Amino acid sequence: MTIKEKGQEIVEEFSMFDDWMDKYNYLIELGRDLEIIEDSHRDPQHLISGCQSRVWLSADYKDGIINFKADSDAVITKGIVNLLIRAMSEQSPDEIINDPLEFLEEIGLKEHLSPTRANGLTSMVKQMKLYALAFKAKSGQ
Amino acid sequence: MDINSIRSQFPILSREVHKKPLVYLDNGATTQKPLMVIDAISNYYRNINSNVHRGVHHLSQLATDAFEKSRITVQEFIGANSIKEVIITKGTTESINLLAYSFGDAFINEGDEIIVSELEHHANIVPWQLLCQRKKSVLRVIPVNEKGELEMDAFESLLSDKTKLVSVAHISNALGTINPIAEIIEKAHKVGAKVHIDGAQAIAHSKLNVKELDVDFYSFSAHKMYGPMGIGIFFGKEELLDQMPPWQSGGEMIDKVTFEKTTFNELPFKFEPGTPNVDGMIGLESSIHFLESLGLENIKKAEDELLAYGTEKLSAIKGLKIIGTADKKASVISFLLDDIHPFDAGTIIDHMGVAVRTGNHCAQPIMDKIGIPGTIRASISIYNTKEDIDRLVEAIERTQMMFA
Repeated sequence: MTIKEKGQEIVEEFSMFDDWMDKYNYLIELGRDLEIIEDSHRDPQHLISGCQSRVWLSADYKDGIINFKADSDAVITKGIVNLLIRAMSEQSPDEIINDPLEFLEEIGLKEHLSPTRANGLTSMVKQMKLYALAFKAKSGQ
Repeated sequence: MDINSIRSQFPILSREVHKKPLVYLDNGATTQKPLMVIDAISNYYRNINSNVHRGVHHLSQLATDAFEKSRITVQEFIGANSIKEVIITKGTTESINLLAYSFGDAFINEGDEIIVSELEHHANIVPWQLLCQRKKSVLRVIPVNEKGELEMDAFESLLSDKTKLVSVAHISNALGTINPIAEIIEKAHKVGAKVHIDGAQAIAHSKLNVKELDVDFYSFSAHKMYGPMGIGIFFGKEELLDQMPPWQSGGEMIDKVTFEKTTFNELPFKFEPGTPNVDGMIGLESSIHFLESLGLENIKKAEDELLAYGTEKLSAIKGLKIIGTADKKASVISFLLDDIHPFDAGTIIDHMGVAVRTGNHCAQPIMDKIGIPGTIRASISIYNTKEDIDRLVEAIERTQMMFA
């Protein structure tokens, strides 16, 4: 599935929620379900610094496919991170570099991703794309 | 004081946030603005806008008169000796930078010591660190106890003839602690040190008299006292300001310019290059009239009552821990909820229509000392009510429910 298709799947999931509380309860649940990063990757090197919540991100590249793992000290942030990882993992570098991630806007989480919102998520998306660029360059694609 | 009549002066308080009536409890970050301030600024642009101190034309005279009258209002409000002691800046941060550069370059030398406290906002830490790098001087730090109060014994032992400047907050933005500034000033003066007080959090909550305090420098911002953003005041004793070199330069602050030599304008203009924030100053004057119309003693009394009510209500919530329990506290309640991250709590509280601040409050050292990533902070001002506190309590309970 492409990022766009996975994003569409997520949008459909969120369309079931009538009010903000259900949506956030779901995000909290997703945050708690997030497969956590290895302890060895929960270090300053993998830290994406935001003003309020911290996010750690690591990436693996194998057979032309990137997989991400992440963690955050805030649960709602982790929920959003979970969605990002679901859409962006198991993708090729090109797919990650080029997809505009429109689904985030459609599920009403854009506010968490504006550049001025200091929670590290914007930096996380940027970092994911940087990983993709680096892997692409390294593999000489 | 009639709370309904006060609230009716703040148009923004009648709006909704997330489809709920707004409860604004982020006054430590900035206060809302009463109609008289909004109208004063609007009136300035509608009727007298012109550049000051320059034109001989009628409007320029009107603008200059209004601008300088505002400076006198500030002078009287803070109890300064003359308008020469009232320097207009962009805000507290710029005031502190002015002091660090001007006083710092002239009077701080290698090995000299500057004292701040663990409670300080980054704006009262970083300019001193940069000064210490430039001058090879040393930054000393007053520790705080577990209640968030300055350890005054430790402060005294830091003081020596090497101490050139003590710069501390009047009130802590993160915890609400009211520091014993009169005692700090007296003790610092005994070793010949000068004292700067960061008054950003205090100016709207207690009456200031710089002369009685005998403080050397005092900084504050208009936007935390019901005035506009982008304007603040740097008070300095005239004898000190006279000895201090200019910091930023340009027009207005000069006397005579040739390519060989420039002589500088007299105080306060020496420190005010460029076109000043005229509408900001007129707005600030109006915010002072607002404060005086209520009376700072009355304001303090009302806010203290609400602080007591809020502290009682929040303390009763299981799993809520108040951070900062100083004996002398301003109307700030900083707290943590169970093990819920402040960002998570803040997100839910916001959706309940209640505006609070979450995070480290630009005071990372004190958060590190307590060993927490940040807090949730409710800061109370004159238009807040018991109903606002009740709405906060409701939002906190909802948050706990969602993260249970």
